Amino acid sequence: MSSDAQPVPAEADRQSPESVDRPVDRPVAGPAGRLAPATPENNRPSAGWALFGSELSVLFRRLRTWAMLLALAAVPVLIAVVVRLAADEGGPGGGPPFLNQITQNGLFVALTGLVVSIPLFLPLTISVVAGDTIAGEAGHGTLRYLLTAPAGRLRLLAVKYGAAVVFCVAAALAIVVAGAVIGTILFGTGPVTLLSGDTIGVGESLVRLLLVAAYVALSLAGLAAIGLFISTLTEVPVGAMATTAVLAVVTQIVGALPQLEWLHPWLFTHYWLSFADLLRQPISWDAFGANALLQGGYIAVFCALAYSRFSTKDVLS
Amino acid sequence: MNGSGTSAALAIETSGLTKRFGRQTAVGSLDLAVPHGSVFGFLGPNGSGKTTTIRVMLGLAGASSGRVRIFGQEMPGHLRSVLPQVGALIEGPAFYPFLSGASNLHRLDTADRHAPAATRRRRVGEALERVGLTHAANKKVRAYSLGMKQRLGIANALLMPRQLLVLDEPTNGLDPQGTREVRSLVRSLAGEGTTVFVSSHLLSEVEQICSHAAVMSAGKLVAQGTLDELRRVGLTHLSIQTPDAEAAWGVLRRLGLEPDGSEAAFDGQVSTPMNRPELLPEDIAAALVADGVRLRGFVVEAGSLEDRYVELTGEGFDVVQ
Ligand SMILES: Nc1ncnc2c1ncn2[C@@H]1O[C@H](COP(=O)(O)OP(=O)(O)O)[C@@H](O)[C@H]1O
Ligand SMILES: [Mg+2]
Repeated sequence: MSSDAQPVPAEADRQSPESVDRPVDRPVAGPAGRLAPATPENNRPSAGWALFGSELSVLFRRLRTWAMLLALAAVPVLIAVVVRLAADEGGPGGGPPFLNQITQNGLFVALTGLVVSIPLFLPLTISVVAGDTIAGEAGHGTLRYLLTAPAGRLRLLAVKYGAAVVFCVAAALAIVVAGAVIGTILFGTGPVTLLSGDTIGVGESLVRLLLVAAYVALSLAGLAAIGLFISTLTEVPVGAMATTAVLAVVTQIVGALPQLEWLHPWLFTHYWLSFADLLRQPISWDAFGANALLQGGYIAVFCALAYSRFSTKDVLS
Repeated sequence: MNGSGTSAALAIETSGLTKRFGRQTAVGSLDLAVPHGSVFGFLGPNGSGKTTTIRVMLGLAGASSGRVRIFGQEMPGHLRSVLPQVGALIEGPAFYPFLSGASNLHRLDTADRHAPAATRRRRVGEALERVGLTHAANKKVRAYSLGMKQRLGIANALLMPRQLLVLDEPTNGLDPQGTREVRSLVRSLAGEGTTVFVSSHLLSEVEQICSHAAVMSAGKLVAQGTLDELRRVGLTHLSIQTPDAEAAWGVLRRLGLEPDGSEAAFDGQVSTPMNRPELLPEDIAAALVADGVRLRGFVVEAGSLEDRYVELTGEGFDVVQ
């Protein structure tokens, strides 16, 4: 264009004399139209739990979420059915821990299901949910509307992480509940003989199962924090999901290499399978405590990283 | 625009606002002044920096330098108290395809802590009604047409009573009927006292509703003011009929004008945009006559706003990059 064109100064005060009287300095101005009159609520922001509720409802209204939970629930069902069919032809040998106890007590189906799912299936589903948190909103373009609502970047991250942790719990429960149900149906229940040799009743053993589910959910919460951070780095949700999943697998491989033994206690996967302590009488909380400390460290570090990245990020999606 | 006292009357004020992407300057030292209660057209061809400006204004992206004030409050510092008063449509609508239109609005409304939960359902219904989407409220957004999504995006901006609406290309994807509806919606909102900041690459889409406009070209502000002011500065056009066309061309060049055509091809006619506002037609005529140019015809035509816009931003695909 020609460089001589000159900007015309807008003579603001002359153009709209009536606007000068407006209460522009108040954070929330009064009525702006007939659509809705100003209410006291307009001035006092709510605590903001509604967004968390909305986040959970969006998460659990997605077909994908239910498909993943169903797939997880199918793991113990598959195990129970196979064991049941094989048991008729003679006892099994070897296999994952707890497998041999299944025929004596159906509740062990749940434990076997967890042991089988922990290395891959569970981290995979958590990676999908955690990797989707921010990148998914960016990919849909809804991130810009959440932020201009304004949701607040810290609040949005907290809500997203909270929902991911809820999914961790749901994922562990899906396996435990499905395992307990199918095990009871196919093998029945009775008093459970613990690893320590003691025997506990059905009620107590259900409590132990829930404790194990909580342990697994806690183990996954660290991975969810890592996924949250990776999710703030990209606008492509699939990329964040895949990176998180690969990280979980690679970490387990590193954890299996004796040459890197010095590193093992620092890996977030280190205590993933150490929930057997919860099946002793009396309960040994050592592994739980160590795992909680480790996961807490990962959660703190990666949530902080996610915030430092996200709070200054240009949202251009 | 930085004079004391003016800020209070401005809904949006930017000074020296610059946004760089790597080495590319998307927006360069932008000084916008959007008066309270105005319908402000933010014009410019695709890629001229409109959306980037809006993103920086609303705190989605950080400015490389310069500052933004909305209602006199510094952004993004006061984002949490300012944004609840601002409804926005940015770079087209965006929704969760697997949720219905109403659920989408419900979801986005929960993100605003100032939006009361008690009235949420009613406000969502009213916003949908206002854009004519009541019949599709429970349809999944996946099944919406582009125009319906655009309307839903506008409905999202109207979930709460707003002091300021920022609408980025609100008529994109709408049919002529929809475009008319958006126009009348903007008019009625402005009538209620809402300041409307509406961006467009098409002058014709906003010309009828705006009280003010700014024109962007390649990241720079090239004009700003009331529509009348823009028309007035709008380049008038001078055309001269003369047997001494070549001499006339030379005189016009000497006066600092940029006459069309080259020296070779004159047919008794020379025309030029009057791109030096201080140069009066009578002085040009006098200069021509003094140089011995015989004048057969001398016509000064005021350009339309459309001409002015094209002149500022380039024509067709020939836009400044
Ligand atoms: N995310 C981005 N990264 C790099 N350059 C960008 C990005 N977004 C926009 N731009 C550049 O900034 C300029 C202005 O773009 P934009 O603000 O979208 O223009 P408009 O909205 O007026 O069409 C363009 O040249 C575009 O290429
Ligand atoms: Mg744009």
